[in-house]
This record gives sequence, structure tokens and C-alpha cells, in this order.
Amino acid sequence: MSNTIHDMGGMHGFGPVEVEPSEPPFHEPWEGRVLAMQRAMGYTRLWTIDGGRASLETLPPLTYLAASYYQRWFLGLERRVVAHGLVGADEIEAGKSLRPGRGLNRKLTAADVPNVLTRGNYERPARAPARFKEGDRVRTRNIHPTTHTRLPRYARGKLGTVEAIRGCHVYPDTAAIGAGDDPQWLYTVVFSARELWGEAADPKIAVSIEAFEPYLTAA
Amino acid sequence: MAADDHRSHDHEHGSELSDLQLRVRALETILTEKGYVDPAALDRIVEACETQIGPHNGARIVARAWVDPDFKRRLLADATETANALGFVSPVGSHLIALENTPQTHHMVVCTLCSCYPWEVLGLPPVWYKSAPYRSRAVIDPRGVLAEFGVSLPPETEIRIWDSTAETRFLVVPMRPEGTDGWSEERLAGLVTRDSMVGTGLPEQPEEAAAEAKQ
Repeated sequence: MSNTIHDMGGMHGFGPVEVEPSEPPFHEPWEGRVLAMQRAMGYTRLWTIDGGRASLETLPPLTYLAASYYQRWFLGLERRVVAHGLVGADEIEAGKSLRPGRGLNRKLTAADVPNVLTRGNYERPARAPARFKEGDRVRTRNIHPTTHTRLPRYARGKLGTVEAIRGCHVYPDTAAIGAGDDPQWLYTVVFSARELWGEAADPKIAVSIEAFEPYLTAA
Repeated sequence: MAADDHRSHDHEHGSELSDLQLRVRALETILTEKGYVDPAALDRIVEACETQIGPHNGARIVARAWVDPDFKRRLLADATETANALGFVSPVGSHLIALENTPQTHHMVVCTLCSCYPWEVLGLPPVWYKSAPYRSRAVIDPRGVLAEFGVSLPPETEIRIWDSTAETRFLVVPMRPEGTDGWSEERLAGLVTRDSMVGTGLPEQPEEAAAEAKQ
């Protein structure tokens, strides 16, 4: 969702960054299983990457903050398989399958694994020319949708500059809610720290976001 | 709201790990019995994450860029295509963007909304990258965050934060350390740390690498 707990840019109070030297890929074997199930179920194409993100973002805030990364993924995956009717809530409760599964379009086999180790391509054919070009001044919209968006709160209603055009991509705001790819032009838009955080900010700092065209207005 | 909501409160204090392990195992059993996942495929994904993907891939790209100006030029123009020409075990996905650090500009990458990370070239993101402290402060207090990584940049160096809010991914190409003239690409790759490719660190200096080799 839009203004949910995941949108953390600019918040205070979480304390210092803690770095673990020589961190292993997984701290516990179950973390690897969660990542693998996530990838394997993503391969079925029953939901989009943005639908997956949305299911994490809508976890209750206290759960989101208290859970580790892979705990969040697990909770998101559990609610997604239930929401898509793949697994019954009674089966989750029972901890075992109570009925045969339904047919899937695709099932990941061991031989296909190399294919899921590469990120997908989200670029799509454009239906219209890009509205903005490099160097254009733009203002982000001040929007607060109650569904998924990738425009962070700290960068809404702000004046920035288009630095690059990245092609026309699947629009997360529609893809997350099952409303289709609705491809939109994607831009790197850069803001001064002063525009984002006020006059006291360091003039030598700039922040960019990857902004979809519907997030932007001409300025 | 799904059925898990009343159960998820059990985990607010992180003390129910064994219960969580059981739940993860149960979900894998359910998905397997229903024919949705193949445990052998899951095994291979875990194995690939533990052995194949990792920052050694990114380090090779950076080291090549340090020794080959034409490669660097092509990398900065199209990092996905140029990196793929190196022939990694896992191909690099689309829209990888290489960012060159210079004495004038230091690049640093974050995903404030989740944990987007160029994992084909850097491996799985470390816990700190996915943590609230990093995600919240990288955009508002990058110098403070860098200080926590032991990095202090000259005040005149511009800092540019890249928030990974779409399916583009960013790889920082750090500056080549002084005193490495004539070094082989392989030896240079040994200086390229993961954090230096996220922008929260700098490459190891030759003397640091030498001290490590002695240990």
C-alpha cells in the first residue's frame, strides 16, 4: 500500500546501521527454503513481483517491524498462497495438505532453476512517446493511493530534474493489483537534498528515484 | 487480511524460531504435496545462492573496468550487455546500471521501499541493506551512514544516493586504489569489496590486502 510501514526513507529512530562481518548467505537453513519457495512460486506467474511486494507491505506494521527479512517473506508468501486459493487457511492451520492442488501453468523444475536466477525483464513496448526528456524539470505528484505505489513519500510533490530515460516498463501501481502491465515510461529523476529535506540539508547531496511517468508533472 | 494475522503476533519478539521453522517446513510440505513446488528445484536455488552468486562476480566486472578503458566505457553505457559478455554462471538481468565513482562524485545505493539489490553481481543482500536503519537514513543522512561504515569523504565530494524504486539495478564502480599500477585483473578483483560496489565502502588498499594475506 501507499503510506504503509515499508516506506522508510527519511524516518528517524531506528538506530545505527549494524554490519555483520563475513555474513553468510543464510543464517538458518529455513531462510534458504523460504527464498527458494518464493522463487519457485513466483515462477508460476500467478502473481507479479509487485503483487508480492504489496503482500509484504500490507503486513500489520508491528509484525513488519519485528519480523526479520525472511520472516516477512514467509508471512507474505503464506498469505499470498491463501489469497490466490492455492492453499486453504485450514491447511495452513493443519500444517499439511488436505486436498489435491489445482493445476498450474508452469512449475519450476530443477533444470529450469538457472532461468530464475536471472532477474526478469520488465521493459514493454511503448504506446506513446516519452513525455519528458533528459534535463527537463519535473514535479512529482502529491499522491497517496491506498494501493501499491513505488513513489516514496519523501519524494512526493518535489521539484527534480530528469537525468535519464530508462525505457517503458511494467507499471507497478497497476500490476500489483492485478490491473495489468499498463506500461509507462521510467525516468531517473534527481532531487537536491535541500529540495527533499529543507534548507539545512547538505548542498553537496543529491538523491534520485526511478520515477514512472504518471508520478510526474512538467514544472 | 489473511488467516496468518492472528498467528503472526507470535513472532513479534523473534523468540519463536522453532515454531517458525516448523511453519516453514509445513508450508514446503503443503506446496510439495499439492504439486506446486519440486523440492529438488528448491535445493538447487539454495545451492546457487550459497555457491554461485556473490560479490566475486561484481568484483570481476570492476577489476576489468579498472584495467580496460574501452570495457569501462561500454559498461557505463550498458552494464547488462557488457557484464554478460564476461560469461557468468547466472546471466545478469536487464537494466543493470553502472555508476562510476570519481573524486567529484560518490555514488551510494539503497532501496527505501524494500530491498532491491543487483544480486546476480553482488549476491544476496546483507542484513544491513534490508534493515530499517539503512533504508530510513541513507537518503536523509548519507554522511552519517557512511561514518558508521568507517567511510569519511571530503566535504567537497558530492554524494549521490540512488533509491532503487523500479526494476533498474545499480552497481557502483569504485575508484581504483593508488599503488596498484601493473596489477593483474585477478589481483585487483581481490581489492573490490561488496560494500564498495554498493557505495557504503571503499575498495581495500594494497597495504590492507597485503596485511590480510600475511594472517
